[in-house]
Amino acid sequence: MEIPYNVEERQDTGMYNAKLGIWLFLASEVMLFGGLFSAYVFLRMGDITGTFASGSQELNVPLATFNTLVLITSSVTMIMSWVSLKLGDMKKFKMHLGSTLLLAGVFLVVKYFEYSAKFHHGIYPDTSTFFSIYFTLTGLHMIHILGGMVVIFYFLVPGSKMMKTEPERFTNRIETVGLYWHFVDLVWIFLFPVLYLL
Amino acid sequence: MSGHTDTYHEEPFWRKYIFSIDHKVIGIQYGITALVFLLFGFTLMMLMRWQLAYPEQPMPWFGWLFGEEGVMLPEVYNSLGAMHGTIMIFLGVVPLAVGAFGNYFVPLQIGAPDMAFPKLNMSSYWCYLAGGIVMMVGFFVPGGAANSGWTSYPPLSDIATTGQTVWLFGMVLLITSSLLGSVNTITTIVQLRAKGLTWMRLPFFVWTQFITGFLLLLAFPPLEAAGVLQLMDRLAGTSFFLPSGLVVSGELLDVSGGGSPLLWQHLFWFLAHPEVYVLILPAMGIVGEILANNTRKPLWGYKSIVYASSFLGFMSFVVWAHHMFMTGMGSTISAFFQTTTMIISIPSVVILTAMFISLWGGSIRYNTAMLFALGFLPMFGIGGLTGLPLGIAASDIHLHDTYYVIGHFHYVVAPGTIFALFAGIYYWFPKMTGKVLNERLGKIHFWTSMIFINGIFMPMFIQGLAGVSRRLWDGGISYAHATDTFYLNEMMSTSAWLLGLAQIPFIINLIMSLKSGEKANDNHWEATTLEWTDAPSPPLPHRNFEIIPEVHRGPYEYSVPGSDKGFIPQSEA
Amino acid sequence: MSGHSVEDIKKSVKVYIGVFASLAVLTVVTVAASYLDLGSGEAFFLAMIIASVKGTLVAGYFMHLFTERTTILAVLGLTFFFLLTIMFLPYIAFTDQAGV
Ligand code: HEM
Ligand SMILES: [Cu+2]
Repeated sequence: MEIPYNVEERQDTGMYNAKLGIWLFLASEVMLFGGLFSAYVFLRMGDITGTFASGSQELNVPLATFNTLVLITSSVTMIMSWVSLKLGDMKKFKMHLGSTLLLAGVFLVVKYFEYSAKFHHGIYPDTSTFFSIYFTLTGLHMIHILGGMVVIFYFLVPGSKMMKTEPERFTNRIETVGLYWHFVDLVWIFLFPVLYLL
Repeated sequence: MSGHTDTYHEEPFWRKYIFSIDHKVIGIQYGITALVFLLFGFTLMMLMRWQLAYPEQPMPWFGWLFGEEGVMLPEVYNSLGAMHGTIMIFLGVVPLAVGAFGNYFVPLQIGAPDMAFPKLNMSSYWCYLAGGIVMMVGFFVPGGAANSGWTSYPPLSDIATTGQTVWLFGMVLLITSSLLGSVNTITTIVQLRAKGLTWMRLPFFVWTQFITGFLLLLAFPPLEAAGVLQLMDRLAGTSFFLPSGLVVSGELLDVSGGGSPLLWQHLFWFLAHPEVYVLILPAMGIVGEILANNTRKPLWGYKSIVYASSFLGFMSFVVWAHHMFMTGMGSTISAFFQTTTMIISIPSVVILTAMFISLWGGSIRYNTAMLFALGFLPMFGIGGLTGLPLGIAASDIHLHDTYYVIGHFHYVVAPGTIFALFAGIYYWFPKMTGKVLNERLGKIHFWTSMIFINGIFMPMFIQGLAGVSRRLWDGGISYAHATDTFYLNEMMSTSAWLLGLAQIPFIINLIMSLKSGEKANDNHWEATTLEWTDAPSPPLPHRNFEIIPEVHRGPYEYSVPGSDKGFIPQSEA
Repeated sequence: MSGHSVEDIKKSVKVYIGVFASLAVLTVVTVAASYLDLGSGEAFFLAMIIASVKGTLVAGYFMHLFTERTTILAVLGLTFFFLLTIMFLPYIAFTDQAGV
């Protein structure tokens, strides 16, 4: 049985199912990171020994700035890949989506260097409350990046066959993946100042 | 799903019954699993009740499982208590109310062929099952299952035995399952309503599932966050919830410190208060359907109860710290949470009152489903009213963490929600299986349950007011102030075991009726909603309806003057 | 967004590029601002304001929230309210306590 509004929009709500679905999922993600940011606020305010201020001094701001730019760029390539699909340009679509994947990889590599530099200096999650939250938040964010990469890879290689059979549905899927990816970018936009700059 | 066509071919067994993507099969899978867990959680409680009635006396038959010479060890009691709470809530009631009834009847009541995302639906069931199995594994790790209460308060939980880690992993799976499920339910209700089924024509049950979906969606993630933080504390040595200078058994704990146990309490109760509405709203929805159907009258004040439930859902997010009056919160913030708590009691009263008024002047059919629904009303009333003194900071100082609390919330969840779920089973069993449950066994089940359940919980108020603390493995005999009420324990425990026996007719009934019960016709209760009027019993695999119905009227048009049947189905033009 | 014509899409590409440039500039600005000698309160507000502007750009343009359906906006409005609750109410409770 075909589920209604899988591809086409329902008239009175103006949405296809997955569009609402992904936004609901993102709403729950907002609350997930909200809980963690709440922990940050709570612990920072109770931080009498100043580990937050001194801890963030030890982080590598230039690397993180670079990484911020990388993620922003990946967001742009993501949206360009959707635009290319709308224009029916499969080649450009693959190029843009591929760059997104690549940039995500760059982000992870940079993060790897950051982490290992910390470990090298004997800084671990249990070093101080600041580093506890630093590793937890960035770690969880990285898991989101990894998850996104898996999905993007799927749509880049095996999943892109669908473009031939059900182009509209495929475009919708890329739109939803894009929404997720921008959200991951959005989280980083807040993580960056909160962890590195304050 | 794409690729499927409307021509039917026989599916292999595993596709049809195990990895099915049909919401009805998934609903039944949820239902059976949840009933098994409910029974298990209930058994744990029956064991605990031995310890409370006969402290330090060896337990007959099973004693060897729980300690030397058959006397239950304190840490075993703690494990049983924590797991009873966790299992009842997260593995029993929520999966039954939302996973089983929601999954099965939301698409049917809104005239949809399935949930919006059938594959997602299947994965949420499997996530749930995996979470349940992980929870069970806890019993077999060194130190036993989690034993820091279902609330898992740190610092205790941070330094507890391995069972707590297992509990956390289990919770992460269960939360994931709930999140997937709620995305699915909400999308289904928004997107797949049949033509003509406007919001104010939705059956009340669908409304409650809709609101519950939002509670699960938005309240669970902060607990997931807290769970991750606690896992970090336990596995990576962080101190999110451990303050500096913590002394355990006379020794300074070697941790980095700087955390706060209160942080956990905030994140936990941000979920756990809305969670109680997750437990109660679907129950109200079921009761609403059954009341309208068996009084043969429209639900009184349909619009007000819909608005009241929505308001209830919204407010449930801003009352959580009424569980924390005793943590040294200042009086300003206590006053705030006390006020929101008083406000939230208003919509509950509105709903309950509307339901009572619905009975007025009806020619009531007293079948088993209706009896359980009628039982729900006063029981939930007692549960709700006894909650008020807990929501007022001053009286909570005396009542906090006593058996009064246990009595209060059990009136809500046990003779409240559980009764409503029983009502739902009796009401919808004919639709799900095509067979009717036996009425005589059903009535035995109802009356015995009703008597014994009050025998357990009513005395808890007395004990609690006298100051008996909860979570005491010996029921408080070592406390002088408890002695006056101690004699009640034996009678409460006996009631609990008899309540266990009272479930036997129910189980027999399920099996017997399934095998040789009276055949149900399509609209067995002469109801108005789509699942009864437009789908066969049981509904067609994978598409529910022969023809997708159209809706022309509100959900409860009973006793309409001039109609020949006495009721008008929603789908009748 | 299936109603979009090719024209519209080409126009929106320009918007995306503009948003990208603004995001990049704001990133540099926020890093630069962190080197200013501000009090911790001011520094916090400045950083949060810049991050919120960036966030709004991403959500509004890349995620199309500026032109999204009301159902989705309503869900997100609700979420945002609860987000503020979970972020700040525990903290407010904490300060009340600290002041006892
Ligand atoms: C109908 C039969 C039930 C009986 C006789 C029963 C009995 C009990 C008892 C005696 C305790 C207190 C243990 C103590 O404080 O030492 C308890 C705790 C609890 N029960 Fe039940 N229960 C029943 C059903 C339920 C249901 C249906 C739910 C939830 C939906 C539930 C949730 C809880 C929770 C959350 C706790 C607190 C556990 C803790 O202290 O961490 N119970 N129950
Ligand atoms: Cu509460």
